[in-house]
Amino acid sequence: MKEKLVMVGNGMAGVRTLEELLKLAPNAYDITVFGAEPYGNYNRIMLSPVLAGEKTIDDIMLNDEQWYVDNGITLKKGQEIVDIDRVNRKVIAADGSEQSYDRLLLATGSNPFMIPVPGNDLKGVISFRDIHDVDQMLAASKEHKHAVVIGGGLLGLEAANGLMQQGMSVTVVHLMDSLMERQLDKPAAAMLKRSLEERGLHFLMQAQTEAIIGDTRVEKVRFKDGTEIYADLVVMAVGIRPNTELAKKSGIHCERGVVVNDTLQTFDPRIYAVGECVQHRGIAYGLVAPLFEMGKVCANHLAKIGIGRYEGSMTSTKLKVTGIDLFSAGDFTGDENTEELVFQDAAQGVYRKLVVQENRIKGAVMYGDTIDGAWYFDLMRDETDISDFRNNILFGQAHLGDSGHGDDNRVAQMADSAEICGCNGVCKGDIVQAIGDKKLFTLEDVRAHTKASSSCGSCTGLVESLLAHTVGGDYSVAPHLKPMCGCTERSHDEVRVTIKDQELKSIRAVMDFLEWKTPDGCSKCRPALNYYLVCAWPQEGLDDYQSRFINERAHANIQNDGTYSVIPRMWGGGTSPKELRAIADVAEEYKVKTVHVTGGQRIALYGLKKEELPRIWKRLSDAGMVSGHAYGKALRTVKTCVGKEWCRFGTQDSTHLGIELEKMTWGSWTPHKFKMAASGCPRNCAEATIKDLGVVCVDSGYEIHVGGNGGVKVRATDLLCNVSSEEEVLEYTAAFMQLYREEAHYLERTAPWIERVGLTYVKERIVEDVDARKTLAERFLHSQKFAQVDPWKERAEGVDEHEFVPLKKVS
Amino acid sequence: MQHVEKLDMAQDWIEVGKLADIPRLGARVVNSPLGDIAVFRTASDEVFALRDKCPHKGGPLSQGIVHGKRVACPLHDWKIHLDSGEAVAPDEGCAASFPVKLDGDTVLLSLAASDGCPNK
Ligand code: SRM
Ligand SMILES: Cc1cc2nc3c(=O)[nH]c(=O)nc-3n(C[C@H](O)[C@H](O)[C@H](O)COP(=O)(O)OP(=O)(O)OC[C@H]3O[C@@H](n4cnc5c(N)ncnc54)[C@H](O)[C@@H]3O)c2cc1C
Ligand code: SF4
Ligand code: FES
Repeated sequence: MKEKLVMVGNGMAGVRTLEELLKLAPNAYDITVFGAEPYGNYNRIMLSPVLAGEKTIDDIMLNDEQWYVDNGITLKKGQEIVDIDRVNRKVIAADGSEQSYDRLLLATGSNPFMIPVPGNDLKGVISFRDIHDVDQMLAASKEHKHAVVIGGGLLGLEAANGLMQQGMSVTVVHLMDSLMERQLDKPAAAMLKRSLEERGLHFLMQAQTEAIIGDTRVEKVRFKDGTEIYADLVVMAVGIRPNTELAKKSGIHCERGVVVNDTLQTFDPRIYAVGECVQHRGIAYGLVAPLFEMGKVCANHLAKIGIGRYEGSMTSTKLKVTGIDLFSAGDFTGDENTEELVFQDAAQGVYRKLVVQENRIKGAVMYGDTIDGAWYFDLMRDETDISDFRNNILFGQAHLGDSGHGDDNRVAQMADSAEICGCNGVCKGDIVQAIGDKKLFTLEDVRAHTKASSSCGSCTGLVESLLAHTVGGDYSVAPHLKPMCGCTERSHDEVRVTIKDQELKSIRAVMDFLEWKTPDGCSKCRPALNYYLVCAWPQEGLDDYQSRFINERAHANIQNDGTYSVIPRMWGGGTSPKELRAIADVAEEYKVKTVHVTGGQRIALYGLKKEELPRIWKRLSDAGMVSGHAYGKALRTVKTCVGKEWCRFGTQDSTHLGIELEKMTWGSWTPHKFKMAASGCPRNCAEATIKDLGVVCVDSGYEIHVGGNGGVKVRATDLLCNVSSEEEVLEYTAAFMQLYREEAHYLERTAPWIERVGLTYVKERIVEDVDARKTLAERFLHSQKFAQVDPWKERAEGVDEHEFVPLKKVS
Repeated sequence: MQHVEKLDMAQDWIEVGKLADIPRLGARVVNSPLGDIAVFRTASDEVFALRDKCPHKGGPLSQGIVHGKRVACPLHDWKIHLDSGEAVAPDEGCAASFPVKLDGDTVLLSLAASDGCPNK
């Protein structure tokens, strides 16, 4: 017989836990759910837009009653559990009925706090927590005029805004002298107050409520200083208290909330708890993102998989008032050990503050333009050392040395028709609608449903902003480390370390050792694992071609019509009549539709059939050419200018240097593509300062620049160091490439990698630590011994023949 | 599986090659009068056949990465169920599937495409 799982509290955290459980172990339990509210599970967050008239109750249902039926769950809605008999393992409902359990899940949420003043039980005095409250507010707004909201925090302001949208005249009463004092500092709060006042809200600051006055229905609110104001409706939004009543009564250890450990178990190991009712490591959370993280871990243990621990979350907040962009995370007040970085442009209504300690972000407050909120949040979570870009950090990620697409920033003000994702043509309106209609909470969800941000990724910040703006916080938060993909909980770094430490030498071995959740991974993790293995064990020939993206498997670039392109290497951008003749011959013979001079100083042939590739490669190979790896996460091109040999300004032989660099590095597999250039003087005709590694020749020698990118987001390089000989350039390059190869995440280009680990770190390893540089360079050259095999020549001679010929031709 | 029954009634099984000709977690193409058909082999040596045309924008599914009973299209990474040819939700669309079976280590294919797919 199946075990019985009973859940008390049919809210967002609990049901999310069940969803996660059903994904992992659909048939593990007979599940019964008790919910005091007479509905399925709805998106409580969206009560604010419902109140503001932007959504309806139907829009915000997450799991309707059919969902419970479809999943074999018994839903007892409108039934409150009043007691738990832990000895006999059963729960008792208000109507006296009983239900036994093997495991019990408490998800009772929290209760709004009603300030204990006379009159707080009068008709028309309510809280803002559930559908019932919203119904009452909407009804009041039809018959009455004056609303008073007590509490100038997130919830209070959203309530006030909603009531104002419904036509009421609203006064917000706040005890402190500054709004949202737990999320905002004074300047940001002042800007917020000003714009809310412009919209028509009234504020009474530093006002302490003394009594609520009325016969049966509220009529007035009186304050300590004796003033009184009219009120037909009073909404109390002064805070919430974890709902521990049931747990306490049945003897489960509670403090402020129900105390749980890292596996979300209460003091009684058969009883789990998740959500706002919980206190974990001293913290009770009041936002959805951490609750969902809890749900995930809890489900894992209920499913008896037993891996994963909840280790706490960092949270960020947003105010869901249409047209107002506001972001806050972490410790934004600081103390004597912290510094503040502030940017303020009052005319534009923009304010940003970062609280920094020892060059690490501790907190952030932003008002007016919050596009970079997600970025600051990441930097904070990863504890990134910001010293290398601290001078520019307040201008935002888009301004780290670039032009980029980072201009049109204010998502709140954008029209619905504004295009957010240029690759897939997705507009703001599409995304906002999908978030609502399809109940999306994470960036991954939005990508899957709308395709926005799923291609080149340059609009990720905008999408995150929109998401936060629509659902009110950062939903992509993982407690500590981001998992590689849905197949595992492990991060890239953990996987890389384990491969080395455990001497794992196949994708299968990695998946088995780290308990992959899928039988053979997915198109995200397999290529990554393959690369990590190839990089860790160069000598062993571990390359698993079936785990490579088609371009790297076929050694040519797949095109939109299923044909392929061929781009042979032209060392340092140079070529010869013999090579050109061979290319011309091939182009004629195979009726090549397009011959194109690429952006990387070489020639590309387009529209080739896969079957023809080995024969074409043979022709090019006979003329002495090798693969240009234009298809690979690999060394691509080394652009050069003519340099000292011809140019009147040339200081060194940049062409020769470029060719030497390319000869040393070609064939190397890298986490993402790797491009180089060498310019003969600071005029920099080879555009060395937007390459992964660029050399600018100067009279005294060579400047080595790293971490540039000319792609999606232009980033100019950082200067690594100056050296005086070609030999040194080669050694530093080998060392730099190897450091990148060994430590970057798969598909992380040098630019974001350097922004993540910091230039200072790279300098320490490559410039300051001579031994480290030499051993890195040695490891690079060692691995090149096995990598520098021309894949085209091999295939022209018959390797992987099956890849290029059909299995059969049937006529 | 549903289509297995159906295909036993089909007469015209065509021998297209040996199981070993198809890489594990890979695919090979059969050129046919109906267009290209991709024949997939999973980790557990099951075989499936789909029209080699992604329901999204026609990408050649045979060139994708096979995982579990799915293939990721090489062009824009839609995932397609190998058994039904349906795109994995939330994407929508379907590539026609063809009956295919093993006789010992010989792969047999029938050109009678399954019903129900608009993009046959
Ligand atoms: C062929 C070429 C365009 C051309 O005809 O000139 C090209 C073609 C493609 N580029 Fe590029 N890029 C080409 C030079 C560039 C350059 C210019 C350069 O290298 O100096 C850039 C900007 C510089 C840079 O990378 O920093 C460039 C930035 C990109 C990006 C953005 C990378 C980024 O980190 O932001 C992508 C997307 C990606 O890699 O994820 C991309 C991706 C692509 C892909 C591979 C898209 C794809 O996955 O199919 C295109 C392959 C077409 C094909 O079959 O060859 N291509 N691409 C150029 C080949 C150069 C070569 O000889 O190898
Ligand atoms: C208006 C509003 C706006 C918000 N905006 C945001 C936002 O923008 N971003 C954000 O992250 N969070 C926001 N929140 C907070 C978020 O909604 C909560 O953190 C989340 O809903 C808590 O989930 P939960 O499952 O713990 O509790 P709940 O969703 O409250 O669910 C608990 C359920 O248990 C039921 N219950 C309690 N006791 C019993 C019992 N004994 N027997 C049976 N049933 C019982 C309750 O009736 C309730 O339905 C907002 C909240 C409100 C009210
Ligand atoms: S070649 Fe590069 S820029 Fe041109 S369409 Fe393809 S990816 Fe975009
Ligand atoms: S063509 Fe297959 S995903 Fe676009």
